[in-house]
Amino acid sequence: MLSKKNKEALFNPLSKDNPILVQILGICSSLAVTASLEPAIVMGISVIAVLAFSNVIISFLRKTVPTNIRIIVQLVVIAALVIIVQQILVAYNYDVSKKLSVFIGLIITNCIIMGRLEAFAMHNSPWPSFLDGVGNGLGYTIILVIVAFFRELLGSGTLFGFKVIPQWCYDHGYMDNGLMILPPMALITLGCIIWYHRAHNKELQEN
Amino acid sequence: MNKIEPSFRPGGKLAKLESVYDGMETFLFTPNATSRSGAHIHDGNDLKRTMITVVVALIPALLFGMYNIGYQHYLAIGQSHEGWFTMFLYGLLAMLPVIIVSYAVGLGIEFISAQIHHKEIQEGFLVTGILIPLIVPINTPLWMTAVATAFAVIFAKEVFGGTGMNIFNVALITRAFLFFAYPSRMSGDEAFVKLDSALGMGKGAVVDGFTGATPLGQVATNVGDQLHMTNIVGEPISCLDAFIGFIPGSPGETSMIAILLGAALLLITGIASWRIMCSVFVGGLGMAALVHALPSATYPASMLDPWTQLCLGGFAFGAVFMATDPVTGARTNVGQYIYGLLIGVFAILIRVYNSGYTEGMMLAILLMNAFAPLIDHCVVSSNIKRRARRAAAKE
Repeated sequence: MLSKKNKEALFNPLSKDNPILVQILGICSSLAVTASLEPAIVMGISVIAVLAFSNVIISFLRKTVPTNIRIIVQLVVIAALVIIVQQILVAYNYDVSKKLSVFIGLIITNCIIMGRLEAFAMHNSPWPSFLDGVGNGLGYTIILVIVAFFRELLGSGTLFGFKVIPQWCYDHGYMDNGLMILPPMALITLGCIIWYHRAHNKELQEN
Repeated sequence: MNKIEPSFRPGGKLAKLESVYDGMETFLFTPNATSRSGAHIHDGNDLKRTMITVVVALIPALLFGMYNIGYQHYLAIGQSHEGWFTMFLYGLLAMLPVIIVSYAVGLGIEFISAQIHHKEIQEGFLVTGILIPLIVPINTPLWMTAVATAFAVIFAKEVFGGTGMNIFNVALITRAFLFFAYPSRMSGDEAFVKLDSALGMGKGAVVDGFTGATPLGQVATNVGDQLHMTNIVGEPISCLDAFIGFIPGSPGETSMIAILLGAALLLITGIASWRIMCSVFVGGLGMAALVHALPSATYPASMLDPWTQLCLGGFAFGAVFMATDPVTGARTNVGQYIYGLLIGVFAILIRVYNSGYTEGMMLAILLMNAFAPLIDHCVVSSNIKRRARRAAAKE
């Protein structure tokens, strides 16, 4: 079940081969949905679901799909899964689905998904493909949560909507940093995480 | 200094602090080291002297800024009969903490960063450190100034490689950070006039009818076909007041006279580019004249006459001390004209037609900072093409 290769498919994307930190994929959505933690986590779970199942489906189809039309087939599979996720969200968590607005729909264009389908699912059997999908989705989600944690804490003084910075601080002149809510600061936060990550992983440093 | 030197050199006890030692030594003494290979010197003007000249050029604006802080304060508490020295002292006490915070945070980060990379400490922060207190509203809490300075020095300067490598003007990034992060403290009634006492000095209740808005702030919210600009206690003000500087605003930007004194020094010593400085004013004046020719009540700032446009807000200060920053500005001669003109044009354009920003100078300079390398590239490559054509024609 979890051979060495499968373990790598699952755990490598968490840090050493992280889709955001190392492959620099999926930046757009990670800037857009990380103003607070709740949408970031919902977005992360949605991406995990879409990525894992599209990986499995494409892996089953990989021998029957003609190479010239494989991108179209992949898109159809992703689009179908995204619509399912979107409908589930609208049905069970309407508020968050409104907050995420177009970004759930735009999972279709998330380069991580196409990237994994092309690079992994087209050449591997369903079970490793599933693990690879879950791993990459988790790697994506972890970064989203870290960025959203700092942005929500410093930008709104809350976590999951609960006030965590005591009123005492506000009374003594502390103010929330409005820039953290804006996308530029998400990019800089992400940059800092990449900075930290590279500094601690010598083999990733380029000369 | 010489006695303690060995302990800072590699192998010594305090070798970790070598950069700090070097920095202090060259700051206090003329270094002994001379260049041994061929040096091509046009002038003995090094970075340190350039920076000090700019700081000297900033002194008129700084002194007047201090005086004006006191003047506005005593006007607001209804004691405008106080002597000029009291007012100056109040302003000095109000500004001193900001200057100290700006230098302490900025230099602290520079020292640490230089030490980590085992480089010499650069003097780039000398000017930035004095620019920051001059362009940040006096009522900004000190911790905000500290956070913004730290952000600007780290993300606008050190990550690009330190002094001389930055793309954006560091002092302006500080201000932009404050402006976007804490908008409520950076504009409106409470930002520009210090009302409470400074280190225990100048207590008093605010008079009735006080309004702390800057003239540009008032213009932006003006209703009707007539412009009404008043000082903080409701008396009307004119272009002359703005020229001398008795208006509320960030400490350094109010007085055109003080800024022009600094500009004269910068131009005489040849430190700042006269091409940039003049073309910013020309661009601003041209654009202001253009919008003034098409006045409309929807955009009240278009009713300001061109000269008043230049005297109000941070236009002159930005043109003289910010746009001319040799690191972030354009370097080719033609490029400098284009760069300056566009700064002037954009500053007025933002001021007049974007109601979200009452002052456009900061954003205009930052925008053109980003484009300066592109302008230079175009100028250089068109020059190369022209000369290639000339050479081809001769053959």
